[in-house]
Amino acid sequence: MLQIVFVLIIYIPLVLLVGRYVYQVTMNQKTVFNSFFQKIENILYKITGVKQQEMTGKQYVIALLLSNACMIIVSYLILRLQKYVFLNPNQIENMEPTLAFNTVISFMTNTNLQHYSGESAMSYFAQMIVITFMMFTSAASGYAVCMAFCRRFIAKTDRIGNFYKDFTRIIVRILLPFSFVVALALVWQGVPQTLAQNQTITTLEGKSQDLALGPIASMESIKHLGTNGGGFNGANSSTPFENPTALTNVIEILSMMLLPGACVVAFGLMIAYRKQPHKHVVIGKQGAVLFTVMGALFLIGLTAIYISEKTGNPLITALGIDQSNGSMEGKEIRFGIEQSALFTEVTTAFTTGTINNMHDTLTPIGGMVPLFNMMLNVVFGGKGVGLMNMMMYVLLAIFLACLMIGRTPQFLGRKIEAKEMKFIALCILIHPFIILGFSALAVSVAGGVEGITNPGAHGLSQILYEYASSAANNGSGFEGLADNTTFWNVTTGLAMFFGRYTSIILQLAIATLIARKPEQPDSVGTLQTDTPLFGTFLFTIVLVVGALTFLPALTLGPIQEFLTIR
Amino acid sequence: MTTMQKEQIFSKKFVLSACWQACLKFNPMYMVKNPVMFVVEIGFFATILFTLFPQMLHDDSPRLYNAIIAIILGITIWFANFAEAMTQGRGKAQVETLKKTKTSMRARIIKEGKEQWVEASTLMKGDRVIVRAGEVIPNDGEVIEGVATVDESAITGESAPVVKERGGDFSSVTGGTIVTSDEIIIEITSLPGASFLDQMIALIEGAKRQKTPNEIALSTLLVSLTIIFLLVVVTLKPMADYFDLMIPLATLIALMVCLIPTTIGGLLSAIGIAGMDRVTQFNVIAKDGRAVEACGDVDVLILDKTGTITYGNRMATSFHTAQTVELQDLMEAAYYSSLADDTPEGKSILTLIEQKGVDITRTTQTFEEVPFTAQTRMSGINLEDGTTYRKGAFDTVKKYVGSCPNEVEAAVQMISNKGGTPLVVTKNKEILGAIYLKDVVKEGLKERFQLLRKMGIQTIMCTGDNPLTAAAIAEEAGVDSFIAESKPEDKLEVIRKAQREGKVVAMTGDGTNDAPALAQANVGVAMNSGTNAAKEAANMVDLDSNPTKIIEIVQIGKQLLMTRGALTTFSIANDVAKYFAIIPAIFLIGIPGMQMFNLMHLSSPISAVLSALLFNALIIPLLIPIAMKGVPYRPMSANRLLRKNLLIYGVGGLVIPFIGIKLIDVIITPILKSLGLS
Repeated sequence: MLQIVFVLIIYIPLVLLVGRYVYQVTMNQKTVFNSFFQKIENILYKITGVKQQEMTGKQYVIALLLSNACMIIVSYLILRLQKYVFLNPNQIENMEPTLAFNTVISFMTNTNLQHYSGESAMSYFAQMIVITFMMFTSAASGYAVCMAFCRRFIAKTDRIGNFYKDFTRIIVRILLPFSFVVALALVWQGVPQTLAQNQTITTLEGKSQDLALGPIASMESIKHLGTNGGGFNGANSSTPFENPTALTNVIEILSMMLLPGACVVAFGLMIAYRKQPHKHVVIGKQGAVLFTVMGALFLIGLTAIYISEKTGNPLITALGIDQSNGSMEGKEIRFGIEQSALFTEVTTAFTTGTINNMHDTLTPIGGMVPLFNMMLNVVFGGKGVGLMNMMMYVLLAIFLACLMIGRTPQFLGRKIEAKEMKFIALCILIHPFIILGFSALAVSVAGGVEGITNPGAHGLSQILYEYASSAANNGSGFEGLADNTTFWNVTTGLAMFFGRYTSIILQLAIATLIARKPEQPDSVGTLQTDTPLFGTFLFTIVLVVGALTFLPALTLGPIQEFLTIR
Repeated sequence: MTTMQKEQIFSKKFVLSACWQACLKFNPMYMVKNPVMFVVEIGFFATILFTLFPQMLHDDSPRLYNAIIAIILGITIWFANFAEAMTQGRGKAQVETLKKTKTSMRARIIKEGKEQWVEASTLMKGDRVIVRAGEVIPNDGEVIEGVATVDESAITGESAPVVKERGGDFSSVTGGTIVTSDEIIIEITSLPGASFLDQMIALIEGAKRQKTPNEIALSTLLVSLTIIFLLVVVTLKPMADYFDLMIPLATLIALMVCLIPTTIGGLLSAIGIAGMDRVTQFNVIAKDGRAVEACGDVDVLILDKTGTITYGNRMATSFHTAQTVELQDLMEAAYYSSLADDTPEGKSILTLIEQKGVDITRTTQTFEEVPFTAQTRMSGINLEDGTTYRKGAFDTVKKYVGSCPNEVEAAVQMISNKGGTPLVVTKNKEILGAIYLKDVVKEGLKERFQLLRKMGIQTIMCTGDNPLTAAAIAEEAGVDSFIAESKPEDKLEVIRKAQREGKVVAMTGDGTNDAPALAQANVGVAMNSGTNAAKEAANMVDLDSNPTKIIEIVQIGKQLLMTRGALTTFSIANDVAKYFAIIPAIFLIGIPGMQMFNLMHLSSPISAVLSALLFNALIIPLLIPIAMKGVPYRPMSANRLLRKNLLIYGVGGLVIPFIGIKLIDVIITPILKSLGLS
């Protein structure tokens, strides 16, 4: 318990501080080391010919889609041709087409679902140029969209912000410096950072073992900061080379939580400073409400995992095995239940997808929580996009709450009308549509059923998890699934693609519509969205609308498993 | 007419007709307009098929079970249709009366100087007709010759006839009203079929009823919730099949119908029609639902002082004597000077004296009237014996008398400062004192403005008075601000300014020069007594011509939105309990541990499914009164209002179905057992 509380206590001041910094970056204000960063950015603008003119929402989306499309094509070619390119000391073969498709989509969409094992399927060149590169660019893309989204709620115009400029500023001012610091800290704790080939060593037992080395620390830092989650090695952050000590575990947890939380703080500050630019604000009332609702959902999930894992598996207890330390199957001794439970909750709530224990071996309820986090996809969520998803529920809650006080719905003085409502409804619809639709498909066709390694309720959980993870752009897996097949590569690839881009396009469209509306002044009769009352309502709406959708599926999966082993 | 209607609402004939209408609405072509209920109807037809041909889907659920589900689904749809039919039926009686008036109308058209009888429906714009006492005015028009009293009760419900004459604000007449005296020549101003009467019929019939923006937004939400739950149920089937859990199709349909928002989906159109109907019952014709909805958002209310805030006539409220004069003498002088005065001010002086219970020695002498003229600016009488009584404005009287006692001058000053009008009374060219004529603020207005402030609505008073008078009245009435010495153009500017700030503005008006402002305002309410131009520009017409009614209209608008919001929240909250009833029930056979989630301890899976479905059906008629009357509304701050409604409809929506489903379960369990279904 203490370890969990300790991490969360450090988190609060950290996220407030970084949130303010993110706010400054978003609003094009001066930040620390401004002149230094400015010089780098200016050079980049000059090389790339970015003109920095303000864009409309439509132009912004097009810029995002085009740049992501370019990256997808180049990366696909690299994976297909990696055998012929340099920096391939371990003689890795070219990647098979459906796996390459899946991998590229996976990394471009910030999902990092891995149907391959990095150490055996990728050259160092591919690891650095495709994987690490995309870890930066996909995180920056997601956050840039979030910036564009948030700014439109407080701006009086739709022509605001430039995608390329935002993209550059995020990488130069946030991702690079932060991951540099984190990487150094990880190297200090013993994470390798080398271009030397894998080493074969003789173990104490006298057997030989291959040690997978590589530029791990640099990838590890951005993997967490950018809520990416794709490990250098197949076993991700449970391996000692990716996550050697309890301290690195805490660093990695905090890195994951930092920027998604900071987005919420930054949005809170944007709203607060919109009316009173000179008042000192920590997070703002609106920001506090959003943060608290997300935080409450987070803590409930964390408690559930912790209790469930601590209690252990009744079947194992029945075998007469001592479980006083909790269910340790698939967990690392150096992390224990607490650090594992926290890591699991954080990686799925903040939709990073990195793992430090095998989610497949979590107890049924312990495994349901991460699944549920990804199904909601609003508990802080991935970098930027989690906030945007939460805003869909906020707008929905506002719609209902405003009606209940007899006013036509509005947020921050802007009306929410039929057209916005249509897009909001679509946004909320897409996510269950992908998860439930593909899961139903997978249990009905041979290609899907073949992947299930664990028949019974757990098999369905594996499938639901795979698609929830894809649609929420999380990337972790219930690793039991035999997922490197054409069926799984293609369907999860599509799930990731639509889960990411349809939402982003719709959400920016909503922001664009909102930005074009005239602003109405507040009065006593206006709905206050920054009160605990509204927070409670929002919390309930998220649970009722989000949870009810998935309840039948969850009943057949984890709940059935829970009931059968009880 | 309104009272007659109210009696009819729940009359037997009325309900019977609604019952039948509800059956006619099963037509899929009609149902498809309401996607939520249309999905239920598809489920209804599907379960009928399963009942008739159980073998066609290799579904081994009992035929009787399928039949019961089909029946409950049918009832659900019928209840929703009934709610709609009830609300529509309300207007129908009104329409029939109006239509009767319309069909029987004939007109005497003037062509080339000759009168000629024609059917009213053939009248064209620009035709001139003559209407004599006892005849019905055939169509909307302007009086171009003559003066007549017109009984407008057919439209307004107000029985006192109104004088109509050429020019000014009382020149427009409405088709369907009756001339009760004299005759007038009217020029027809509306096209055939587009008269006020036609509009009113169309409006009440709901033929032209279009969905309002908010209704469309809410429908979108409901449709997407329907799709989500459709998806949930459709994907549940293959997942359950994977575990070889056989779920009967009828059960899946029941689950889906329980989850989709049928409560609000079934009542949505009834709420809309009933909201408009409440406006109509207030004798206000709203030209479209948008305006009623916009009412809920009104931030600024612009009100004319005269007629709206004050009674319009200045009334005597007190007497102020000169030092040496007895009050009795002043009142006597005031009495005589007003004896021949027919103006409301003059009458109010007599009333005040009467109220004070003073005995005035009635004169037996004959007297000569001295009427008010623009030159003298005084009025009064000269008695036979030469005594003269005069009253008038201070400066003219002072000139007429020559001097004025200091106390009277002070009193005059005081009255002016308070925004009143002083009248000075003389007897034999000697000033006795002053009468305080006051612009009397209507009773209860101050409290209503306070309520408005609580609702976040700002009130602005427009008046032609000088700033001093305006300030005094504004203070007394409790309006937030005022515009003194205002001209009609100023109103337009005030509205534009408020709208630039993003505010939603409502106003009332009657004159032609109000028309631009009425058109500019988000909610413009024209008085029926007003000109056609004003009525055309406004989006609502108040048939009673009562300017304060806008406050009620605002409340109706808010109520309409609140009813929608409250029932939607209620409907969504209901799903939690329905899940707890149905999910354990459908999986119980395959997963015995599910009994743990049977929180309500429902007796059997079949009873659980049927109880949830029955609850879902029965809640619709139980909520019809709320849909028709609207959620009760008392002005309070937004936050308190939200808390209150969330408690009632949110928390209530979570709890009530748990109780309701359990109750139904207890009742139907023995019945199901006797039918062999358990």
